[in-house]
Amino acid sequence: MAQNLVALAGNEAVAYAFKQARPHVGSAFPITPQTEMMHKFAEFVANGEVDTEMILVESEHSAMSAAIGSAAAGARTFTATSSAGFALMWEMVYVAASLRLPINMALVNRALSGNINIHCDHSDSMGGRDSGWIQVFCENAQESYDTALMNFRISEHMDVRLPAMTNYDGFIISHTEDALYLLDDDTAYDFIGPYQAKYALLDVENPITVGPLDLTDYYFEHKWSQMEAQKRVFPVAREVMSEFGELTGRSYDFFEEYRLDDADLVMVVLGSSAGTTKDVIDEYRDKGVKVGLLKLRLFRPFPVAEIVKVLAGRKAIAVLDRSASFGGFGGPVFTEIRSALYRQEQTPIHNWIYGLGGRDYDLKQVAEVIEKLQQIAAGEELQEVNLLGIRL
Amino acid sequence: MSLKKASELTEGGIITEAGNASEYKTGDWRTFVPEFVVENCIQCLFCWIYCPDSAIAVDLSGEKPEVTGIILEHCKGCGICAAECPPVKKGKAALVMVREAK
Repeated sequence: MAQNLVALAGNEAVAYAFKQARPHVGSAFPITPQTEMMHKFAEFVANGEVDTEMILVESEHSAMSAAIGSAAAGARTFTATSSAGFALMWEMVYVAASLRLPINMALVNRALSGNINIHCDHSDSMGGRDSGWIQVFCENAQESYDTALMNFRISEHMDVRLPAMTNYDGFIISHTEDALYLLDDDTAYDFIGPYQAKYALLDVENPITVGPLDLTDYYFEHKWSQMEAQKRVFPVAREVMSEFGELTGRSYDFFEEYRLDDADLVMVVLGSSAGTTKDVIDEYRDKGVKVGLLKLRLFRPFPVAEIVKVLAGRKAIAVLDRSASFGGFGGPVFTEIRSALYRQEQTPIHNWIYGLGGRDYDLKQVAEVIEKLQQIAAGEELQEVNLLGIRL
Repeated sequence: MSLKKASELTEGGIITEAGNASEYKTGDWRTFVPEFVVENCIQCLFCWIYCPDSAIAVDLSGEKPEVTGIILEHCKGCGICAAECPPVKKGKAALVMVREAK
């Protein structure tokens, strides 16, 4: 089908996706680097291109609270934030998932304070990994746009009904002009479809109570229902991604495998770092080093079975984390991947924490990891948790 | 009271039946329980007004409402009814808190 090739920054691309979903309500508070996304969306509203009720709130806690009220009322709802804004939402982020409200959020990844820093890392989203939201990480503007569209379908699916985060790297994706294909508005909306509420406070014929006290007798059972809904994301996401692939020619999966088929050495990364990593992998491939990349897109739910299938039997694995777990054993992606592979034959899995506070992830750093992976595969005992691109 | 299984619940703990608080039995926290002495009752209904739950049984079928006893499935033994009950008949109240025998 015909698609428009345009040049947009990631924030503008995602604003387009949200516009094309024709949400009933959007609530947000500005925070760098998310601000331009909502700015662009507000422009669509002001120009009459979308009929969304914009609620300009006084904080991110209120942004998520308004989104919860709106979604509980029965409206397609979205919001967006970054870093400290996400941290301020915290209490309500959990409530949104617990109430099983399919709110869609752009989380433009930025380091958490302190000291105050406006650049990219994943410490904001990683703190929310246990909140019950679907979390997808994106490599570039195209993937962010596509993911934002697909996430509406996945989160609102009657088998799922969970809120979803489209994560894309602050500045690196959000503020960088990138070439991407956009669907026309009607095609995009037809793909997502009209919003269907499961329970709605505005449905006065069928009154409901939302958010009652939930104590020792039922709380645990309700948490089970969230766990089960997360599992049902897998088949639904597969179906949605495959339909999207047929529509656009752009295929997605839980993760992307880059030169992975015969790779002995594997790097695992999230987000925009995948692009840099691919370039250096190509250089090493030219030198005959069998190295590949697993770019993880779907982090929640964590596709453990598929990851084990792809990573089992490799000679050495490097997991890169753009966030630290202070006092913990490595970063969050590392602990998850290593735990998933525990029962497999002993593949050394090492961790590199990199890029905190937007520290540039450059070609030399990728090369350093690949060099170390070669040594590990050759049997050298190297440190398991490492820091990359830091002056010590 | 038999509790529902996880698979029998609505998602997100949404309650779809209106006015179902009476089905939620909470009368198992007590240490003390009000004892109703019917011959001391003047049917002022203070206990029914002040009860923070729905533990005072009132018969509404007659000309005037009449307190008939305590619904123990909802009584938490807070003692407000006994504190409000006026000791009118020979100085004796119709509701007296006693330690619940176990």
